[in-house]
Amino acid sequence: MRKVFKLEEIDCANCAAKMEESIKKIAGVQDASISFMTQRLTLEAEEENFETILLQVKKIISKIEPDCKIK
Amino acid sequence: MTSKQKKNLMRIIVALTLFIIIFVVDKFINLASVFNGALNWLLPFSLYLAVYIIIGYDVIYKALINIKNGQIFDECFLMLVATIGAFSLAIYRGVNGLQIEGFDEACAVLLFYQIGEFFQNYAVSKSRKSISALMDIRPDYANLRFQNKIQTVDPEVVQIDDIIVINPGEKVPLDGIVVKGETTLDTKSLTGEAKPSCVVVGDSVISGTINLSSTIEVKVTRQFYNSTVSKVLELVENASSKKAPSEKFITKFARYYTPIVVFLAIFLAIVPSIITGNWNIWIYRALSFLVVSCPCALVISIPLTFFSGIGVASKKGILIKGSNYLEKFSKADTFVFDKTGTLTKGNFVITKIYPEEKSEEILRLAVIAEHDLSHPIAKSICAKYQKDFPKNYLMTDLQGLGIVAKNEKDIILCGNEKLMKKYHINYERCQESGTIVYVAQNNKLIGYIVINDEIKEESYVLINYLNNIKAKVIMLTGDNEVTAKHVAEELRIPNYQASLLPQNKYTYLSNVIKNNHRAVCFVGDGINDAPSLMISDIGISMGGIGSDAAIEASDIVLMKDDLKSIIEARKIAKKTMKIVLENIWLAIVIKVLILILSALGITNMWVAVFGDVGVTILAILNSLRVFLE
Repeated sequence: MRKVFKLEEIDCANCAAKMEESIKKIAGVQDASISFMTQRLTLEAEEENFETILLQVKKIISKIEPDCKIK
Repeated sequence: MTSKQKKNLMRIIVALTLFIIIFVVDKFINLASVFNGALNWLLPFSLYLAVYIIIGYDVIYKALINIKNGQIFDECFLMLVATIGAFSLAIYRGVNGLQIEGFDEACAVLLFYQIGEFFQNYAVSKSRKSISALMDIRPDYANLRFQNKIQTVDPEVVQIDDIIVINPGEKVPLDGIVVKGETTLDTKSLTGEAKPSCVVVGDSVISGTINLSSTIEVKVTRQFYNSTVSKVLELVENASSKKAPSEKFITKFARYYTPIVVFLAIFLAIVPSIITGNWNIWIYRALSFLVVSCPCALVISIPLTFFSGIGVASKKGILIKGSNYLEKFSKADTFVFDKTGTLTKGNFVITKIYPEEKSEEILRLAVIAEHDLSHPIAKSICAKYQKDFPKNYLMTDLQGLGIVAKNEKDIILCGNEKLMKKYHINYERCQESGTIVYVAQNNKLIGYIVINDEIKEESYVLINYLNNIKAKVIMLTGDNEVTAKHVAEELRIPNYQASLLPQNKYTYLSNVIKNNHRAVCFVGDGINDAPSLMISDIGISMGGIGSDAAIEASDIVLMKDDLKSIIEARKIAKKTMKIVLENIWLAIVIKVLILILSALGITNMWVAVFGDVGVTILAILNSLRVFLE
């Protein structure tokens, strides 16, 4: 399943790259891409575990950039 | 400016003013000499520390959170270490009765770092905004007609077959067909070209265009998520998720760069210090390393440049589906074209009838045979002959040969050479280029009609351009050798392949791709060449408006049906890549230079922080150059 999320208050391009890297490593994530310019996260992950994966994604994001909110 | 940015700007102004006052006063009356005694360093220290906290409290806070989260290579943390280190060194000097200096430097590092961050943030949000303004085609509402009442609704709730009303000045919110009224539409927002087009009842309208003159009613044919405007927006918004190799290289570089520089700093602080015993000097040099350890200038300027490139292109009606295609396209050295509909207009016209004195008769016979067909060639013949003709013939369509029309006393043959051969007609082979239709009556050749496809004006410009840049140009066509040769010669295309069936086109193209080391573009009209568009490195489709299949299959969509857009796209791609490379080199060279000079003790932390912030701002300004013509 592929879903696009908006990332608000993402201020640092390097952080975006770091997030992308860590999200890709979550088990069940097929592909992830964060566009710093459009402030978008494109997440492709297993449908059945999507909710739990999303929780992990949120954790990673707040760990790397605490101000950043995912919508 | 957002409120957050305004707040930051205020903070920078306050801190900078305070800093300058303290700095100037310090230079004149030496703050350390105001009080005497062992604690004389406390006055300058506390003044600079106050400024430090004003400008850096958020950095300190973020750094602490990041340490807690185990993000030690975070830029905030590194800045904190560098500045606290610098303060400590200055305190050390003060405590040991050495000349007091270095507090200003520690404070300045964070101050300039914040100024850099502010500029960076401002430039990024400015660029984001200008691009979304370029793509401001999203309709906000639709006027839904419901039982003679008109309601303003969200375009997303409108269903297929609903009737919507579009007033002058409004955006067309959904794709549909005009059922009432007539007007002119402006397609500029989609194609980048101000070209009003007239629509009347029965014509289809495309979402994203603007109604210019009068009110029309439209029957919706596609729901919002499926409408042209949604597709285009989705495409542009997704474009930056497909990252170019150079962008990937930079993020990868950044992943190694920071840890390496940090370890080098640790090494520099310890090893030479043990050897020379000069801890003070070497720790100071190591701190400069930390200041330049943040890779932000690099990491930000590359996507910013690509994003600007994609934005500028979309403003001109060229949709590029990803940074990767932009980069690849800039390297493309082979351009493969489909002939009909791409290089030529795809509308066939009669260019010659032979023998001329019998042209009336030849046309009449041809129309009798072909008037029932929907083939473009048959249509071009019928278009030329407007008079009455007998309809008491029985037609047989011999696939790939032509038509045989019969009645009690007459047999008309109308078709290609093979048809003539099949019926043993004596004919002289016509050497003209184009499609030749031979016409025979009762076993005797009457004459022939030459039909040609018109070459587009802009094909000449484009092929000329491609020949000038030494690109390899190949034309593929299903038409016969003579026609292909004629078009190729006319356009000065050195390589062409004629008489190709669709599957042959595909195989031929795969071979070209296999033997190419850079990138192969395929340019087609997107109607029946989707497979070719997909396998090529860059599939370019023409006249993308309203054609889902084309948008889906291609990597670059030319919204207006103009081949010259390819030249424009290439120029944008080249410029974007040039700036990307400039930024990469600029940032790496300056950073490495600062590292070397710091390690040798030639520069100090002032230079390091100026260099670091300066290179970020330079790279950002450079990336905005894409917007300049």
